[in-house]
Amino acid sequence: MTAHPALDKLTAIDSLLSEEERDLATTVRSFADDKLRPYLADWFEAGEIPAREIAQQLGALGVLGMHLDGYECAGASATMYGLACQELEAADSGLRSLMSVQGSLAMTAIHHFGSEEQKQEWLPRMAAGEALGCFGLTEPDFGSDPAGMRTRAKRDGDDWVINGSKMWITNGTVADVAVVWAQTDDKIRGFVVPTDTKGFTATEVKHKLSLRASKTAGLSFEDMRLPGSAVLPEVSGLRGPLTCLSEARFGIIFGAMGAARDCLETALEYAGSRIIYDKPLAGFQLTQAKLADMTLELMKGQLLALHIGRQKDAGTLQPAQVSVGKLNNCREAIKIARECRTILAANGITLDYPVLRHANNLESVMTYEGTSEVHQLIVGQALTGEAAFR
Amino acid sequence: MNIVVCVKYVPDAQSDRTFSDDHTTDRTNVDGLLSELDEYAVEEALKLVEAGEGEVTVLTVGPEVAVEAVKKALKMGAHKGVHVCDDAIHGSDAGATSLVLAKAVEKIGKPDLVLTGLASTDGTMSVVPAMLAERLGLPQVTQVSELSVADGSVKGRRDTDIASETVEASLPALVGVTDQINEPRYPSLKGIMAAKKKPVETWSLSDLGLDAAQVGFEGSWTKVVDVTQRPAREKGEVQPDEGDGGTKLVEFLNKSKLV
Repeated sequence: MTAHPALDKLTAIDSLLSEEERDLATTVRSFADDKLRPYLADWFEAGEIPAREIAQQLGALGVLGMHLDGYECAGASATMYGLACQELEAADSGLRSLMSVQGSLAMTAIHHFGSEEQKQEWLPRMAAGEALGCFGLTEPDFGSDPAGMRTRAKRDGDDWVINGSKMWITNGTVADVAVVWAQTDDKIRGFVVPTDTKGFTATEVKHKLSLRASKTAGLSFEDMRLPGSAVLPEVSGLRGPLTCLSEARFGIIFGAMGAARDCLETALEYAGSRIIYDKPLAGFQLTQAKLADMTLELMKGQLLALHIGRQKDAGTLQPAQVSVGKLNNCREAIKIARECRTILAANGITLDYPVLRHANNLESVMTYEGTSEVHQLIVGQALTGEAAFR
Repeated sequence: MNIVVCVKYVPDAQSDRTFSDDHTTDRTNVDGLLSELDEYAVEEALKLVEAGEGEVTVLTVGPEVAVEAVKKALKMGAHKGVHVCDDAIHGSDAGATSLVLAKAVEKIGKPDLVLTGLASTDGTMSVVPAMLAERLGLPQVTQVSELSVADGSVKGRRDTDIASETVEASLPALVGVTDQINEPRYPSLKGIMAAKKKPVETWSLSDLGLDAAQVGFEGSWTKVVDVTQRPAREKGEVQPDEGDGGTKLVEFLNKSKLV
């Protein structure tokens, strides 16, 4: 399945997948290779992507909200969703982010906690990629501690009036609907907000050095008035957003290994063809040591992802295990990307090759949906029973 | 409208393609796939049925592994598959293959349309569509880059070097399509998940009322008597440009009779 048969043979990850799982990985990979990869360097350089067009193509593939049931969603397994993330992130983390935010965050929030009307209105269109969603939890001053959020929703008769702001919102400027979390007089509640609502503003975050093939926004809400039916009725408190985040984290466990694999494949090919002192770079011991060590971590990370996927499908997955996966696979993926850059030397810093693009993207991937530090604390708490967050 | 699409399982052009000892293409010991040129026929069939009604049946003739070509088409959205698989078919030339296909199309029923690709990517003969049409007694419109169906007839555009022809035929008919006609879809997640439940029938020669002597090496009009692998590409010659690069290039092209 990979572009490097020797690597494929050594890891033999395919042998652990069902035919259906392999088919899905192949179809997403072919799509990404044909329709995304040729344009990635330009999108990354320009900081622009045709998000709407890509969303429609992903919708046609059926991968948006693919792990959800009903409402035109495919009802696929968690492992299959993970594999789709892996293949998309092998192209670019920004594109996987588009899919994660649509499916795991915005659609999952509406699917799990929305009213029947909200589900009917949004989910089929979002699954088709005709409507784009974003997810507003993080604020400029509140990332790892969302409970401190300043965005407020106040009752005014039957209506809600929301004031506040959100930051680092993927798809924010291109979204048709935002799932916005706000503090009420009681608990944190979620709201389904059409982005043409008066008082809603999305401002693009410029000058990014990471996830440049992805739209990131700040959202602001100024006396934004919503009908009572806009609230997500089935959840209150942080359980709502944290449930969605756990879904997105799960996809990243697979996705990060996609980026790492793409870097390693690139480095293997480069080292095999780059002649230095009259022989291929791949023939030097220091290069082989790097390649061998990276392959170990890639294989371990892929196995970990699959282990966690199988547990999720069996219904036995604990949240701390998701943290183990995200912590390890992001950390190892960025190490692999950086090490591959050293094999490509000066060529590695250009957009002619994907390695530094991946490395830079993975800086964000390590941070969003729970930083590495937060995941260390979650794992630490699971081991010791002691919470050390504050 | 019911459509039968004929597809072929071929060795992946990206892998090392070899011949067996009997001079047939080795289709078993190499990575294989649905011939890319046949994907256009599958896509066109799906578009026609999606725009109206009916079923797309995918038909292939080949060894056991060839069912993968049918499965790929089912994942793209075709409704059912037929795989004609019989050891005696091994070694069939285009004529014998068209006989097996014709019998299978007749057994499937009376399709309104039989669709094929331009040619297989391994044999590249491009004669089976014409032979099949002849055997079925159907009008044939091959190598079309645009296709429409209306009022019991089919209309296709054939692009040649000097002109574009619009050819019309009454249905039922056989139509061969080129790789310019559409952009084949990727199998979607739903297509992949649904394909598992779609029926694939496996037929032998006797199911088609054929004898072993009518097909295979014995039933073929042509025979490959010798095969020579193309010699490996030789290393090119590097000519440093010392101000006379252009002249050297023209000399080389002239020597190679390229200008």
